[in-house]
Amino acid sequence: MSTNTGTVEKYRNNFLKEVEANVEEGDWVKMCMQCGVCAGSCPLGKHWAHPPQEIFMMIRAGKREEVLTSDSMWMCTSCYNCIVRCPRELPITHIMHGLANYAKRLGLAPKAQPTAWFSQVFWDNMMKKGRVNELKLGLSLYFKDGIVSGIKESIKHQKLGMNMMKAKRMSPMELFGGHGVKSAGDLQKIIKKAQEIENARLESYGK
Amino acid sequence: MAKHEYSYYPGCSSQKGASGSNLQRSVDTMCEELDVKLNQIPDWNCCSASIGYGGGGVLPRMTLSARNIALSEQHHPDQEIVATCAACWLATKEAQERFEDDPSMMAEANQALAEAGLEFKNKKKIRHMVEVLIEDIGYDQIGSGVKRPLEGLKVAGYVGCQTNRPFGIDGESFENPMYLDKLVDTLGGESIKTYEKKVQCCGGALAFSEPVKSQEMIHGIIESAYDNGADVIATPCPLCQANVEIYQDEINAKYGTKFDMPVVYYSQLISVAYGRDAKDSSLDGQIIKAKKLEKIAGK
Amino acid sequence: MADEMKIGAYICKGCGIGDRLDAGQLASTATRDGKAAICQQHDFLCNEEGVKMIQADIDNEGVNRVVIAACSRRAKTEAFAFDNVTMHRANLREGVIWVRPDSDDQQETTQEMADDYVRMACAEAKYSKVPETSGQQGVNKNILIVGGGVGGMTAAIEASKAGYPCSIVEKTAALGGAVAQLHKVIPTKAPFADPQDAGVDELAAAIEADDNITVYLNSTTTNIAGAPGRFAADISAESGATQTKEFGAIVQASGFIPYDANKLPEFAYGKNKDVVTQLELEALAKAANGGAIKRPSDGKEVTSVVFVQCAGQRSKKEGHLEHCSGYCCSASIKQAMYFKDQNADVDTTIMYTDLRTPGAGGENFYRSGQKKGVTFTKSVVNEVVDGANPTVKFKDLILNEEAEVEVDLVVLATGMIPNSGQETRADLAVEDAEDKAEAKSSGEEQVIRVEVESILNLDYRQGKDVPHMANGFADSHFICFPYETQRTGIYTAGPTRRPMDAKQAMDDAMGAAMRAIGEAENAGLGKAAHPRSGDLSFPSFRKEGCTQCKRCTVECPFGAINEDEEGYPVYNESRCRRCGTCMGACPVRVISFENYSVDTVGQQLKAVDIPEEFDEKPRIMVLACENDAYPALDMAAQNKLEYSAFARVIPVRCLGSISLSWITDSLNSGFDGIMLMGCPSGDDYQCHFVKGSGTAQERMSKVGDTLETLSLEKERVATYEISITDIHKVPKLINDMADTIEQIGMSPFKF
Ligand code: SF4
Ligand code: SF4
Ligand code: SF4
Ligand code: SF4
Ligand code: SF4
Ligand code: SF4
Repeated sequence: MSTNTGTVEKYRNNFLKEVEANVEEGDWVKMCMQCGVCAGSCPLGKHWAHPPQEIFMMIRAGKREEVLTSDSMWMCTSCYNCIVRCPRELPITHIMHGLANYAKRLGLAPKAQPTAWFSQVFWDNMMKKGRVNELKLGLSLYFKDGIVSGIKESIKHQKLGMNMMKAKRMSPMELFGGHGVKSAGDLQKIIKKAQEIENARLESYGK
Repeated sequence: MAKHEYSYYPGCSSQKGASGSNLQRSVDTMCEELDVKLNQIPDWNCCSASIGYGGGGVLPRMTLSARNIALSEQHHPDQEIVATCAACWLATKEAQERFEDDPSMMAEANQALAEAGLEFKNKKKIRHMVEVLIEDIGYDQIGSGVKRPLEGLKVAGYVGCQTNRPFGIDGESFENPMYLDKLVDTLGGESIKTYEKKVQCCGGALAFSEPVKSQEMIHGIIESAYDNGADVIATPCPLCQANVEIYQDEINAKYGTKFDMPVVYYSQLISVAYGRDAKDSSLDGQIIKAKKLEKIAGK
Repeated sequence: MADEMKIGAYICKGCGIGDRLDAGQLASTATRDGKAAICQQHDFLCNEEGVKMIQADIDNEGVNRVVIAACSRRAKTEAFAFDNVTMHRANLREGVIWVRPDSDDQQETTQEMADDYVRMACAEAKYSKVPETSGQQGVNKNILIVGGGVGGMTAAIEASKAGYPCSIVEKTAALGGAVAQLHKVIPTKAPFADPQDAGVDELAAAIEADDNITVYLNSTTTNIAGAPGRFAADISAESGATQTKEFGAIVQASGFIPYDANKLPEFAYGKNKDVVTQLELEALAKAANGGAIKRPSDGKEVTSVVFVQCAGQRSKKEGHLEHCSGYCCSASIKQAMYFKDQNADVDTTIMYTDLRTPGAGGENFYRSGQKKGVTFTKSVVNEVVDGANPTVKFKDLILNEEAEVEVDLVVLATGMIPNSGQETRADLAVEDAEDKAEAKSSGEEQVIRVEVESILNLDYRQGKDVPHMANGFADSHFICFPYETQRTGIYTAGPTRRPMDAKQAMDDAMGAAMRAIGEAENAGLGKAAHPRSGDLSFPSFRKEGCTQCKRCTVECPFGAINEDEEGYPVYNESRCRRCGTCMGACPVRVISFENYSVDTVGQQLKAVDIPEEFDEKPRIMVLACENDAYPALDMAAQNKLEYSAFARVIPVRCLGSISLSWITDSLNSGFDGIMLMGCPSGDDYQCHFVKGSGTAQERMSKVGDTLETLSLEKERVATYEISITDIHKVPKLINDMADTIEQIGMSPFKF
């Protein structure tokens, strides 16, 4: 992508324009009136290095690197508090998702960010059969840092798993197949096509 | 023929042997009682909830929902789509609105669906099961069928995030929605109006990736229920239910608490109040047993 | 007016009065004590029959003083409107039965209350005359408009449409004022998205085509004498030629003076050519005429521009303006659009601390700016550094860090200074005189207040322009009406009055024009303006008694009184609002109105029956302002809130009209407590006559001495600030005074 490595001049509009073109709901960023209501509404607010209000200002200030490498957007729990409170009705949640996705696509997302990693695993898990396999998803979560720590994690959460199985809310059978969409191949074809369309659009930016 | 019939989108967590399977079982019981027929959308797929964004861009994610809508249009042309999972409802409804606002995105989704010979028109209403209860059936009607009032049961109505925001139910406020309390009162239970964590986020999908940060919030949700004298927490959302129920051991270990607070679904409350037994009401699916509710069910 | 005074007293028994009070006794009180020649009772006085009964007595029996003992003077005024008589109301309903409990043990004191009110109304009647106009003025329909900007032009067009000939006096060589210098203006119509044409040419053309409007260009008003209905204005051209014209009323739309950006060296203004004010950018935009805007230094097309909001404004720093000019945020948005609409790639950044876009479409316009890609950066600009391109150094308040950006052009949003002429407070005039005298005697060099040029050049005792309020704006009478000033018949509009944009100034001018027309008519009939609208009385003074002390001329809040060569007051009736402040000021009590005087009130308080000390029935005199305190008491009564039966309430025009003699007389005749209720004074005043209540507060500080000489407790006299909404407070205050008297004991002055 042409702007991938390009430097962006501070307090100029280049990065804002890039966000508008390439990020989900990005053309809303300029409409923020900096009231700070969203920043005060985030449930994990204290863990955000830059709350949404600041992210929007940083985009307008041309701080491309700082924004895209930030782990802030990955703190969004999708609670939609900000959306219903924003006086300018910005789709803040979606912009956070969009920025996260865009950062990841460009390879700028922070490396060991657990949510960044989890959301990818979730996506991959789902794409296999068209539905989420909770057991595999859970196991891959525990084994994310390698086999040794994975076993430790599994033992730590063993009771939780047993409880779930007892309540028939987790099935060991899921390991061998489990639920899925009958025409999973069709689904994959559909999504592949959608991805192609989207990628083509993104790659044409700045060209 | 059943009085109310819908095209039903159950979602991944409601499948057999999945974390929300007890929601599904109690919903089945509840619908039987209320004469509601749910026709599963054949071969539905995951909506990618609100966490798939790390892997999927907007169009692929929206297209996931487009496929479900297309299948519903094909198989249940005259029925509105109903979901029980907050995330499913939200993702589908959001997709529906976005396609409506953005015809070019809709064209692209149809272009992708064509790969499997599908197409969608996007004219369906996407509804939550709670909307069906309140708008199509009504509190009065629900109240008239109560056989075993939930007498003396103090319920902390935990609405959570996504059933409430951004769409809301029945035009109620985002900061203090009342429908769950009203429903509890309708069933003869005692709703706790002072429960201040009613719409507090539980961490959602980040309960997996950010367990420490999320459990701090879950701790607050449970603590407040105790402070308000609750016997049980009730919720409409499968992710809320799981998050608030299953980590109590871990929270106790970390915070030195002795939490043992059952977390149930509104559908379980209705099933019990309608005279169904503990099993039909899927109370056996609790990790933390809802003893008081079981007692009422056993009467 | 009939030669012989004849009082007719009419006692109403309706609204429960007949059930609660002994009407027969009231009637004998009226005839015996009140000396009423005729006294009649009626079951329902305000109905047609009752009114006819009174009218018959006026027509056939020669009754010319009508005493109505019924409800409050504020009720049934339409029913009881009789010509050529004076009207006096004994308030038996709101003043007696509604504030007293209906029980046998209270009957005696309640009846005493009612009897006193009948006596008081008759006493007032005895000392009142039917007011007649002075004949000082006639109707003059000509309206003088000072200032030929969009405000002045709008006022002229509106007044002319209504049939009133106007004259516009404009200092410069052309109509249009500040707006004529603008490329475009802030939008006034939905969807409030884009700058729009100012429409100055259309206005000027309409003026040109109107035979009813005379325009004096290159001219100023060098002297304005007279009063509403008979203003005589000298209109002088630059050449020196002067003509005098007569006007009924005046609209002052003299606009604003742009703030001098040279006072902002920190922003490199004057040093770097590419740092300009908003007004200077308008000139650049006009020159570009829809093409790319070029910067002054080298004519390069501007590709990046920063707007510095609040430059030298909203700041307490020396030389800065304290106020928000209110229009410059929207103006910057508009100017950023000049760039964006021409080329969306120009970077436009507005650096603001608070963005203020008032008006119906303000927020829409802000959003439109955002949609067009104007960047809004919440920040404080510390410095603009001179260079080939100016560099703006600022603190980003959201990101909490210092930053800088180099741009092609910097625009400073400097504010407006009201073009309201000289500060003309009377007390300043006096202080000035004292300062001068002092400087003379001590031989020191005189400190002279910076002389600003006068706009109106009024020939008024109190100064040449209308009095200023906050930050030099010539607004005044907010409690009454926005365009009203402290000079009757002169109405300010536009940025002279308060900061505003072109559209607001035009709306303002319409309002001011309508007020001017109303006052021209009003003055012609000799009627008072708001708040005593329609009052025909006016103050006069007895020259033989006057000591030329000048208190009346200084204290009149409306500059109504001039002085003649000998220092005697000269009243200008139609400038007067009939507040009575002059009457309260006069130490020798020679000022009076026909229907309001030292006697009309003084005789009322003397008419109150004062029981013996040992009867344990104290008496409290309540002098209540008719604008707020008296209505509040009426409303308390409507809410059936009770207060002491020992209180006797007399409405006064303004606390400023209270004569100290009323207080000494009350104390001497045995009143145990005196309560003065007026409107809040000070910066946030609510006095309907601006300064009346404040002046009274000052005078009352001297009452302590009087009490001391009489060896009376100081608690016996108290002043209160009452708003019309203090419905629950007023009865409580009266009861508190009754309690206080119970504690300190009865007055020893009962004879
Ligand atoms: S939706 Fe995301 S960004 Fe918005 S308040 Fe919730 S966590 Fe914060
Ligand atoms: S709530 Fe909306 S307008 Fe306010 S800072 Fe957040 S995004 Fe901006
Ligand atoms: S309104 Fe006044 S005049 Fe009329 S009946 Fe009542 S007290 Fe008498
Ligand atoms: S209108 Fe805006 S720029 Fe002008 S003084 Fe007020 S806040 Fe500052
Ligand atoms: S009555 Fe009031 S306005 Fe009139 S001259 Fe006296 S002080 Fe001035
Ligand atoms: S206040 Fe009284 S004495 Fe003094 S100048 Fe005025 S009229 Fe004369």
